[in-house]
Amino acid sequence: GVIECPGPDKDIRRFDGNLRLLPPFIDNDVCPLTIKNTILQSCYLRNTEWACGVAVYTGKKGKWIKLVWWAHYLGKCYSNETKLGMTRGIPEPKLTAVDAMIDKLTGAIFVFQIVVVIVLGTAGNVWKDTEARKQWYVLYPQEFPWYELLVIPLRFELLCSIMIPISIKVSLDLVKSLYAKFIDWDYEMIDPETDTPSHATNTAISEDLAQVEYILTDKTGTLTENRMIFRRCCIGGIFYGNETGDALKDVGLLNAITSGSPDVIRFLTVMAVCNTVIPAKSKAGAILYKAQSQDEEALVHAAAQLHMVLVNKNASILEIKFNGSVLQYEILETLEFTSDRKRMSVVVKDCHSGNISLLSKGADEAILPYAHAGQQTRTFVEAVEQYSQLGLRTLCLAWREVEEDEYQEWSLMFKEASSTLIDREWRIAEVCQRLEHDLKVLGVTAIEDRLQDGVPETIETLRKAGINFWMLTGDKQNTAIQIALSCNFISPEPKGQLLSIDGKTEDEVCRSLERVLLTMRITTSEPKDVAFVVDGWALEIALKHYRKAFTELAILSRTAICCRVTPSQKAQLVELLKSCDYRTLAIGDGGNDVRMIQKADIGVGISGREGLQAARAADYSIGKFRFLKRLILVHGRYSYNRTAFLSQYSFYKSLLICFIQIFFSFISGLSGTSLFNSVSLMAYNVFYTSIPVLVSTIDKDLSEGTVMQHPQILFYCQAGRLLNPSTFAGWFGRPLFHGREAIVAFVISIHVYAYEKSEMEEVSMVALSGCIWLQAFVVALETNSFTVFQHLAIWGNLVAFYIINWIFSAIPSSGMYTIMFRLCSQPSYWITMFLIVAAGMGPIVALKYFRYTYRASKINILQQAERMGGPILSLGTIEPQPRAIEKDVAPLSITQPRSRSPVYEPLLSDSPNTRRSFGSGTPFDFFQSPSRLSSIYSRNCKDN
Amino acid sequence: MICFVVFYQFTQQNLPACKPVLTPSWIVTTFLLMGVIFIPIGLVTLRTSHSVIEIVERYDTECIPEKFRGNKVSYIKDSTILKNCSLYLKVPKHMKAPIYIYYQLDNYYQNHRRYVKSRNDQQLLHGLKYNDTSSCQPEDSNNGLPIVPCGLIAWSLFNDTFKFIRESSELVVNRKNIAWKSDRNHKFGKQVYPFNFQNGTFIGGGSLDPSVPLSDQEDLIVWMRTAALPSFRKMYGRIEEDLDADDVIAVHLMNNYNTYSFGGKKKLVLSTSSWLGGKNDFLGVAYVFVGSSSIIISLVFMLLHVKNPRPYGETAYLSWNR
Repeated sequence: GVIECPGPDKDIRRFDGNLRLLPPFIDNDVCPLTIKNTILQSCYLRNTEWACGVAVYTGKKGKWIKLVWWAHYLGKCYSNETKLGMTRGIPEPKLTAVDAMIDKLTGAIFVFQIVVVIVLGTAGNVWKDTEARKQWYVLYPQEFPWYELLVIPLRFELLCSIMIPISIKVSLDLVKSLYAKFIDWDYEMIDPETDTPSHATNTAISEDLAQVEYILTDKTGTLTENRMIFRRCCIGGIFYGNETGDALKDVGLLNAITSGSPDVIRFLTVMAVCNTVIPAKSKAGAILYKAQSQDEEALVHAAAQLHMVLVNKNASILEIKFNGSVLQYEILETLEFTSDRKRMSVVVKDCHSGNISLLSKGADEAILPYAHAGQQTRTFVEAVEQYSQLGLRTLCLAWREVEEDEYQEWSLMFKEASSTLIDREWRIAEVCQRLEHDLKVLGVTAIEDRLQDGVPETIETLRKAGINFWMLTGDKQNTAIQIALSCNFISPEPKGQLLSIDGKTEDEVCRSLERVLLTMRITTSEPKDVAFVVDGWALEIALKHYRKAFTELAILSRTAICCRVTPSQKAQLVELLKSCDYRTLAIGDGGNDVRMIQKADIGVGISGREGLQAARAADYSIGKFRFLKRLILVHGRYSYNRTAFLSQYSFYKSLLICFIQIFFSFISGLSGTSLFNSVSLMAYNVFYTSIPVLVSTIDKDLSEGTVMQHPQILFYCQAGRLLNPSTFAGWFGRPLFHGREAIVAFVISIHVYAYEKSEMEEVSMVALSGCIWLQAFVVALETNSFTVFQHLAIWGNLVAFYIINWIFSAIPSSGMYTIMFRLCSQPSYWITMFLIVAAGMGPIVALKYFRYTYRASKINILQQAERMGGPILSLGTIEPQPRAIEKDVAPLSITQPRSRSPVYEPLLSDSPNTRRSFGSGTPFDFFQSPSRLSSIYSRNCKDN
Repeated sequence: MICFVVFYQFTQQNLPACKPVLTPSWIVTTFLLMGVIFIPIGLVTLRTSHSVIEIVERYDTECIPEKFRGNKVSYIKDSTILKNCSLYLKVPKHMKAPIYIYYQLDNYYQNHRRYVKSRNDQQLLHGLKYNDTSSCQPEDSNNGLPIVPCGLIAWSLFNDTFKFIRESSELVVNRKNIAWKSDRNHKFGKQVYPFNFQNGTFIGGGSLDPSVPLSDQEDLIVWMRTAALPSFRKMYGRIEEDLDADDVIAVHLMNNYNTYSFGGKKKLVLSTSSWLGGKNDFLGVAYVFVGSSSIIISLVFMLLHVKNPRPYGETAYLSWNR
């Protein structure tokens, strides 16, 4: 046979090929091959005795191998359900904001270095020509080639090369992998249900977690448990389950089943048949359902409990047990679910009567418009609305009878469409459309998807931390809004206000967008929680034609709900926010979130029930949504603080020694002599100073509990308050100005070791040990919590410095032979060290105390409170409280069942509603509002 | 077991930690304590430094005869003139033996890169056996033969000499053991003799006795311990008898060394010694200064705290709680 297929493309979830069998086979027929027939790399094949296959796309450059398999089972071609292990694409390498900042600062230092080299080099040459020529003992030649002029600048370049610490990259890589390990190790982030620990796949971006400004979250499986439970239904206009909250226990429904109401039975049949669920018998005889879609599984389970049990699926024969009798259906065609069609159908033949019928289920807007002309769909619309207000997921079920002729004719078209190579998906959709019309709508199912534990608390905490949430979901608008309400995503009126952008045409969308934008602009000054909701269609138009306006809206709005969005739209939204220089975090659990996760600055995958696609593509995988709080507030924040300290400190210590070298050049005739010998210079960055600062990776400025209680403190990380040019300038100027360590160490060394003691090696070691002592105390001062390791590293390092130098001093051939022994036996050496430490540290301690007490930052206040056992500790920790949808949402909808339309109407600027004044300040109106406003306009969007 | 617990706590970032707080009382006490410790140490150091008796006499200008004052450089470069000169030093106070004799050079850059590098430690230790003397440039060889000891440092050896006479009897100056013992034993070869030294057309400083091994050329060894500062003292010898107050010492010196071309100064220093070394007030003054500033800081903080007490950890200061 021959396999025809298009060339390899990026979309690995599609495969449009054909199998053509060559003449020896009589069945000279074209057999379509789809992604259903392919197995991607590292997939497991189950439930078959044997399988044969052909490898496709095995080319040299092929990033993945698609294998086409046919599992022959009972002699018929049968597509095996395989979970696709989503191969990871090639995500762009991610660079954290901190890294980018460090790179910038390194560039600045480099410029500074060049300036120093040029200035000192020129001065050196001038000094050489005016002074050094007179100094006969230096013996400068009278004639020299022109390049002699370069010698002194190059000497200074060598001296200053230490200014940019190469070790910073190594140390950063080291500590970053430790941050990642801390995430992996964290016991509190192990999913108690499945024992999956959290995992940091990308070890390089932990600091970014603390700088997240936007979280884009999926709904199903991320906020919710993705454990669907059939709760209510509406069959032929009669509501079941409204009283008890559980249709399975509704007496009316049970009675209707026993009395054999045809509508109800038809309804149950569709529930049991119209799906891709595979029943499997366990050893104990119970039937287990394997489903890709949680909704389908819930429906089949519910049908089984209502006595319509899906027993067996043998190839195309499907057996259903109803009230003891076995019904057999032959599945003729399955019209697949796609996110465009939003419905799926099966064409089945009743083996008993031979009748062919089409059974459909799908979203209301994909089913109700195709209802046959005579049917009243108003009750169903109402049902859908009512259910979605409760936050339930709705599906409409419908059926119709199909004539034999019509089926045969359609079947040919379908087959042809399924074997086209170009635009197969679209062609199939078109053909399906021809069958799916004149449907008899049977009813509406409502499936509950419970919120995960701790979701509202997590969202509330993170919103307090100044993080904006966007919910991107494929679900219905009403469902999405209800879920959003129940998990603190948006506040109910009057505190919150929800604006909607809708419209089917460009003009409508444009008008709606402008209206919302106007309201937004007015309300930004008010302490109000304004959010907007947009559906996929309007979003598409807005992104295509009104990108600028939509971008502004995105900047103004702290919260947004996007419903009915496709995976690529999710990714587009991430791009949009990224283009405005916001740090984005995307969190999701399913394959449809993969693109968004890969696009975002940080992708977090939930290793949930929808498989591991998202978790594999993500930078971090966590078991539950609520761990996000800990991931950001604890791990992200600590990582950021630590990296900020470590990187700036690395520059500081290099600058310290470099300034001493520069000072020395002023008393050595600007000739570029190095005060320190090469061994000391090399060891300074690598051994003497790197270990104490590496231990700052286990430093904690605030305890985890305090951070969780005051998530607002994350603002310091988000706004980059701890690592920016001005803090860096502080560390940069420190050796010269407010700390003056370099001046202190240098001046004291050369004054104490003057005259008869001014021997080069001795002075050099005095200055070096002065620096090392200062370093130890500076690190100790900047350390917030001393553990055993800190003490070991800081004081042990000091001891190690002496041991290393004693060893060097014991080698007769080394330049510093006996130097360290001589120094250590001199009382004046120790007195000098004492003086350097006191004179160097005194002003810093005083300054730090003054700031800490009289100009205390929020972090300082919390530190004080925490350590003095102040009032905040008596508040106790916030215990996460499990919340179910019914508890919170049901009363809301009962008290005001119809008073307000499911979507809050967009409030016009001139409508009295907008000017309503709402209660006092909201909790999250801390320092965000003014800074946000100014930042909005200062940020220049790349789109503008 | 304890290791396991520590590792577990480490992985959970939960190690027991001490979190110091900069409380006012802590700060005030620390600074006060620092002052209390530093001022006495400073006073003791100052006293020690003052107990050192030092005579410093600049001689480079006075040792030029009147008629050459206009052109010092040509005088010093003229090898035909005998450059002897006499100084008279008055001992201000009783000086206890040993009295160290130093010569001090000012504005002399022994730390110049070109100068510092121009030596060869291997050659100093192994002599002619080690013949890679490229680091000694431009004084590495002469007439095609290597110089031992090579390099600018050795070449510019200081060569003024001093003789001390008290009441017509010569004071014995011990010029042994003025260099570091470690240098004599391990840095300068016992079998290495000066060779081809100061033989060129352009003579730098002093010459060396070719029959004395380098390890015994203590003036050279002292000179080759280069100074880090442009103003430095080097040991010339020791007088091992006491000098009484108001003694007058006549110094007969040979003013050979050229510091005139670059405006350097030459000084002769006689000094006693203490446990801190020579006379140097810096440490004492710095200690007293740091100590007194600590006390001032501590008083200022105390006043600030009394006048304007800040309750610590007041969460009311957190703006988001207002």
